[in-house]
Amino acid sequence: MSALNPSFGEFVEERPALSRRAAAFARSVPFGIWIASLVVALFLIAAIFPQLLETTNPYNINLAARFSAPSAAHLLGTDQLGRDVFSRIVAGTGESLSIGFGATGIALALALALGLLAGLGGKVGDAIVSRLIDVLFAFPVLFLALMVVTVYGASVTTTMFAVGIGTSAGYARMIRGQLVAVRDAGYVEAARAIGHRKTKIVWQHILPNALRPLIALFTLGVGNAVIWASGISFLGLGVAPPSPEWGAQLAAGRDYTTAAWWLEVMPGLAIVLLAVSVTVIGRHIQARLEGTVRTTLL
Amino acid sequence: MRRALQQAGWLAKRLIGGIAVVWATATIVFLLQALTETNRAKSIIQQQSGSALTPSKGTLDAVNRKFGLTESVFHQYISYIGGLAHGNLGVSYFQHDAVTSVISQQIGPTLVLLFVALALAWIIAVTLTVLAAGRDNVFSRFATGFQLVAASLPTYWVGTILLVVFALDLGWFQVEGASGISGLVLPAITLALPVAGFMGQVIEDEFVSVLRQPFITSARSRGMGDLGVRTRHALRHAILPALTLSGWAVGYLFSGAVLVESVFARPGIGSILVNAVNEGDVPVVSGIVVVSAAIYVLANIAVDAAYVVVDPRLKSR
Repeated sequence: MSALNPSFGEFVEERPALSRRAAAFARSVPFGIWIASLVVALFLIAAIFPQLLETTNPYNINLAARFSAPSAAHLLGTDQLGRDVFSRIVAGTGESLSIGFGATGIALALALALGLLAGLGGKVGDAIVSRLIDVLFAFPVLFLALMVVTVYGASVTTTMFAVGIGTSAGYARMIRGQLVAVRDAGYVEAARAIGHRKTKIVWQHILPNALRPLIALFTLGVGNAVIWASGISFLGLGVAPPSPEWGAQLAAGRDYTTAAWWLEVMPGLAIVLLAVSVTVIGRHIQARLEGTVRTTLL
Repeated sequence: MRRALQQAGWLAKRLIGGIAVVWATATIVFLLQALTETNRAKSIIQQQSGSALTPSKGTLDAVNRKFGLTESVFHQYISYIGGLAHGNLGVSYFQHDAVTSVISQQIGPTLVLLFVALALAWIIAVTLTVLAAGRDNVFSRFATGFQLVAASLPTYWVGTILLVVFALDLGWFQVEGASGISGLVLPAITLALPVAGFMGQVIEDEFVSVLRQPFITSARSRGMGDLGVRTRHALRHAILPALTLSGWAVGYLFSGAVLVESVFARPGIGSILVNAVNEGDVPVVSGIVVVSAAIYVLANIAVDAAYVVVDPRLKSR
């Protein structure tokens, strides 16, 4: 739909009403994404208002009800002290998500610093940073993270930094690639030809275009970070029990796997549910930004 | 003759580059611990004796001398890199043994697990792609879903579930301590699943785009069957990105192997690493990190060599 705009004498696009656009957007989002968003929303509620979802006090010890299998009274069973596993998973969501968000933020900040140095630092900067990224890739993520834990000692903050540092190399490579591609793009060359100043080109053209994929990267990264962080806790080198943090619950339940499988399976299920949901959403955002919406997910 | 010389030159160049990467990882590892230097001799003695008392000056001096902890940071760095050049990674704080011998005693089972899992991941990813990619049926939707979920599965969780179901419940495998092939089945499957997920996604993307190429149409028009087109033509192209990913996967598999070994109580570098991190045994942790980096570098050189075999176009360059 276009109409002649008399004041400029040219064709301009007529924007449909906001409600129409919202409806069109809603229709363009596949069913799977809605489900994933619902799951993430529930996790966010659990993180911010755990009281809304907890069925009992997650710290309440009830030795008479030790190792109860999942039932109506205890949705996901009880642990070795008779505490309700479902309520503990809800109570641990805040800490697990904070570590996930924090670690991803640290990773992206480090990656951004490296990426900017490479993308805008000229040939020398790019060469140095590219080699550095190659070197960082040679570190297994968990090993680099555990090196940080060895030096600083196990704690919530260490876990966050360890995972952030461990995973930053992957992001750095992607951000660098994106910046270099945008820097050499036709519209940047055009802006240079018109005579725009360098700072203006960087702020108006290069950064907005190069950093847009960060939204998708951040979403994808949170699930990944939660998995690594709970792995470190699982090894007994991160957040320690009696904290209800998901990895700490996995670590605490390890000795009782034979008696009560739900102690390991349920917190793990929460991790998988979160990781799959944010991956699905992140991929969808990525596809939308690149303009190639794949409809593989339902 | 000229080709052989060229190949030797290529290999030499890659090896020198690899040595530079390992040197750089060792430097980063050294800096990470040296820049946060606290009173390490004191904590070593306290950890060894299990008491929080401040040790006497004599014992402090002895420990400082043994590990060279009072030397300047620069001096420590030179002797660390110098030792590395001679294959010496220092002495463990707590095991009274050289780090190289601690690692070499335990790395065998880890490497076996790692490469069996990598092979398994390839088999799963390639089979799913050949059977499902680019088709629209129930199986292909299952394959896509499997790859997505498998790529997000935490290894420690999958391992525990497999352990509960197949060892505890069904009794098909020993719960822990099984040696030989039967002890390798569950850990290898556990470790392979996430890699198969990643790899499957990459192979599938490439596979689908290759299927649209003209040479595929030409093969079909010559009367080649669908399975032949998929295995003989499309697959060869589709595995190139998966080869690259295999090099990267070695690093991922090292991380995963530590978690899997912990779940199944398998021998390997996992248990040494976890203990060393717990005790603050910096030389052992640094040594494991440097050795894994070296293996990663070698694996990536092998991947690049394999590239030339799979893709003859590269030979002319």
